[in-house]
Amino acid sequence: MRDILKVENLSKVYKSGSKNLTVLEGINFSIKEGEVLSIVGPSGSGKTTLLGLCAGLDKATTGTVSFYDTVINTLTEDERAALRSENVGFIFQNFQLIPTLSALENVMIPLELQGNAKAKHRSLELLERVGLSDRYDHYPTQLSGGEQQRVSLARAFSSNPKILFADEPTGNLDDETSHNVESLMFELNKEENTTLVIVTHDMELAGKTKRIIQLKGGHIVSDMLNEHTTVNA
Amino acid sequence: MKNLKFLIRTAYRDSRQNRGKLAMFMSSIILGIAALVAINSFNYNLVNDIDRQAASLLGADLTVNGNREIAPKLKAKFDSLPGESARELELFSMASLEDVNEMQFVRLKALQGNFPFYGKLKTVPVEAATDFRNSNGALVDDGFMIQHGLSVGDSIKLGYATFYIAGRLQSAFGSAGVTSSFAPTIYISLSELNKTKLVKEGSLVDYTYYKKLPEGFDADAWEEEQKMLFRNEGMRITTVKERKEALNEAFDMLNYFLNAVALVSLLLGCIGVASSVFIYVKNKIPSIAVLRCLGLKGRQAFLIYFIQIFILGSIAVALGAFLGSFIQLILPLLLSDFLPLEVTTVLSWKAIGEGLVVGSTVTILFALLPLISVRRISPLRTLRSSFEEEEGERDYLSWLVYFGIIISIFVFLWYLMSDLIMSAYFTVGLILSFVLLYSVSKAIMWAVRKYFPRKWSFVLRQGLANLYRPNNQTQTLLISIGLGTAVLAMLFIIQGLLLKNVQQMDAGNQPNMILYGIETDQRDSLAAMTRENGLPLIQQVPIVTIRLEEWKGRTKSEWLADTVADISRWAANREARVTYRDSLDPFDKLVAGKFIGEYKGGNDSIFVSLGADFAEQLKVGIGDELIYNVQGTRIKTYVSSLRKLDFTKMQARFFIVFPTGVLEEAPQFHVLVTKSPDTKTTAEFRGKVVTAFPNVSVVDLGMILQALGDILDKVSYIIKFMAAFSILTGLIVLISSLLLSKFQRIKESVLLRTIGASRKQILQINATEYVLLGALSAATGICISLAGSFLLATFVLELPFNIQWLPILAVFLFVVGLTVVIGMINTREVVSKSPLEVLRKEVE
Ligand SMILES: Nc1ncnc2c1ncn2[C@@H]1O[C@H](COP(=O)(O)OP(=O)(O)O)[C@@H](O)[C@H]1O
Ligand SMILES: [Mg+2]
Repeated sequence: MRDILKVENLSKVYKSGSKNLTVLEGINFSIKEGEVLSIVGPSGSGKTTLLGLCAGLDKATTGTVSFYDTVINTLTEDERAALRSENVGFIFQNFQLIPTLSALENVMIPLELQGNAKAKHRSLELLERVGLSDRYDHYPTQLSGGEQQRVSLARAFSSNPKILFADEPTGNLDDETSHNVESLMFELNKEENTTLVIVTHDMELAGKTKRIIQLKGGHIVSDMLNEHTTVNA
Repeated sequence: MKNLKFLIRTAYRDSRQNRGKLAMFMSSIILGIAALVAINSFNYNLVNDIDRQAASLLGADLTVNGNREIAPKLKAKFDSLPGESARELELFSMASLEDVNEMQFVRLKALQGNFPFYGKLKTVPVEAATDFRNSNGALVDDGFMIQHGLSVGDSIKLGYATFYIAGRLQSAFGSAGVTSSFAPTIYISLSELNKTKLVKEGSLVDYTYYKKLPEGFDADAWEEEQKMLFRNEGMRITTVKERKEALNEAFDMLNYFLNAVALVSLLLGCIGVASSVFIYVKNKIPSIAVLRCLGLKGRQAFLIYFIQIFILGSIAVALGAFLGSFIQLILPLLLSDFLPLEVTTVLSWKAIGEGLVVGSTVTILFALLPLISVRRISPLRTLRSSFEEEEGERDYLSWLVYFGIIISIFVFLWYLMSDLIMSAYFTVGLILSFVLLYSVSKAIMWAVRKYFPRKWSFVLRQGLANLYRPNNQTQTLLISIGLGTAVLAMLFIIQGLLLKNVQQMDAGNQPNMILYGIETDQRDSLAAMTRENGLPLIQQVPIVTIRLEEWKGRTKSEWLADTVADISRWAANREARVTYRDSLDPFDKLVAGKFIGEYKGGNDSIFVSLGADFAEQLKVGIGDELIYNVQGTRIKTYVSSLRKLDFTKMQARFFIVFPTGVLEEAPQFHVLVTKSPDTKTTAEFRGKVVTAFPNVSVVDLGMILQALGDILDKVSYIIKFMAAFSILTGLIVLISSLLLSKFQRIKESVLLRTIGASRKQILQINATEYVLLGALSAATGICISLAGSFLLATFVLELPFNIQWLPILAVFLFVVGLTVVIGMINTREVVSKSPLEVLRKEVE
């Protein structure tokens, strides 16, 4: 299996006034195609920062992030945007649906951005798949948190991304809804055969993935395979 | 291009739920463009109408006009022109209304012939316009008749003759209605004028000779040929073409004023555009960040919102042009008193076209300011809601937009004023005002932070802190309210200055009444009558009319032909009204030479004293020789002294003063200046004078003040109407700036309420903030207006600058009140609902 993502000697330093705050330092790991892993750690350990860097949303202070053979942190913002459009999907803690667009239109966005002529057909299929086909013309405010996150799952998978990043995907949901969304996410991932990177502080969720990278104070403290995994065994 | 289609589709979808939010944006454009189109339509129609109506404004193809009867050799030239002639004498006089027992100073026009040849004297009844010419009928200004309750058939006494009112004069011919508030117009037949005994040698009479030329006769060529000859005799030839030019020139001021109003409205509209798009973009940041995450490029994100703004902006510009075309229907009604012609209100495609071009340009430029920031919204905002883009390198595009804005303002001004230097000054002035307001807002935020009064109460501290907290509206509000206030306050200050300047003339012991047209044999009895009524004889002087023929050894024509000498035509040609006295008038100040008060006859020389400026215009000094023609006799004189004249007081001033012993036997009139303690005395005295001496005219300052007040009232009414445009646009800016931080405020208020603040406290916090904001903005605006009106008063109007604080205080309170009211309406919505409901609704 090829490496889809390779992180080498990555660090991130925030400057605030005269002080430098090192958030990440000496991060090295790689992710294989189709792998499902979680990045865990206490709050403030740098998980979200790492995700932003891996997904090409942010620029590293030193080190490289490569997507296949492309070093993404030397790309311009527009080149990274093009790369995201083709290859990357997102699931956010607070859903991040566009409030002025209906559920269907939200799901269609990534496809339309690629110029896909069958955007509507594929999006309706996915909405059906997440069990919201009857709510396609509803706006985000008319949906519950769980429903919104399901729409957001449909959107994340709609353009067949090669890699999917989820930042605390269940952080804003109650337990029961969390379980539903989680299993839906893993099922879809299996069907679509996507690489999935979950960032979470929820050990129960992390326990469902095959590999767990543990962050603490900006360093990787462990990177191990999970024997008790229930998914992708 | 698949991408563009997607962008347009997204722009459309995204705007569906937002159109209400863009209402502010649209209304600022609509109002700004409406003002521009209305005003320009009016201007263009006015120019067209002057063009079309010039012949009927002059009433003839050619006129000859002067303050004396036409000399025989000129008369022959005039008569040799083909076509029909007419003539008119115009003078000011007192009219006694015996039916209602009142006196009025009037403009009397005595007509001979079928003038006007073009256009009509509009009268009620219609036939009065012809009837009065063959009888002792008079056409009397309609407004004047209404004011005094006169009706057709009543009698009116002019000088020694009594006329009956033949008809109401609906509009004075060829002059603006507003002049009638000073001296209403009365037409009589020239054949009846003699009976009034108002015209004597040396009276102030204006003579006009009219000619209706046959089709195809080149009046301008004839004028060009004869101009000098007539001018040297103090007569002026006017053709239709010249009349047109003169009218256009006269309306330049009106144009300037209207253009200034249009400009201010447009600028406020621009601020409205920038601030409402700014709010809009701010609301859109989360959505844009998501789109960026999903792979939308910065440029594409920008285009989505640019397309929305562009389309809605275009609609608004078109609506503005439409509304403006409607508003222009009102303008002629409003300005009718100031226009000597009827202005048509046809659609002006030129004005509409201009509105569309200017509107689209400023809308795009000002919307671009906030819009270009869309390109730089980071996708990282999806992960951290409070993420702020790093300042990093400056966005060169924003400098380009600022540059574009400055250039387009400059070009627009240049187009309006067709004056490169002036438009540059104006542009710089505008930039300075902006910079000033911007710096003041910065300074205030800095000062509040630095010297924060920690001991104040919770409510006051919160309100004050809102001025510099993140998402504050201090800058936007200070600039928009400040600019609006500046315009409004400047209006009041200048109006106050004009009025005050006139009123000052009535202060203290200054004379306030002039009696003129007094004949020599009436002089002493009138003086006695004045004293009997307990009024002082402040000045009593004879007036003789003379003409300058030669000076410093050259004739007038030689002087006028000498282009190098550059003497004033006015000073040389005028029929000079001079006086004689034995000593220097105490009101005058001797600046050179010695005042010689007596001519002893024989070999003695006659020494005259000249006004210093007047002497300068003729290029004469002490000792120079001047030869005057005093009603046929040539008199050689020498300049013995120069005086500085004071024109600020109400009394007779003379450029030329003769010594006693020269002009005593020449035909002359006398002027008497006095001071009346109150209006009642004035009215009584005036009545007695006019009854006993019908040929004497009485002008009192109270009357002038009232006429001037009337005119200024009308002017200020128009100014207020026009300013309403600016104020309305300003209001929209105000509302949109307040909406800017509405969501922010809601979150804060909900939080405060959740932790136990009462509704009352929240209202108080917000009220404190708005009072502070309103007061600071209004104060800054007033400072700008003070500076602006000081410059205007000193360098343009040349008035002494002083301030009446009452209207300024009123403007201040008005602005602060308005800010607080609008702000509080905004806040009420937040506090009157449950926190949850508010959050849910506003989050969408
Ligand atoms: N823009 C920023 N400027 C300065 N510090 C930041 C910024 N963003 C995040 N941090 C800091 O980086 C650290 C890691 O944050 P984050 O990656 O969000 O952690 P996690 O997601 O694990 O909770 C935190 O201490 C946070 O305060
Ligand atoms: Mg995090």
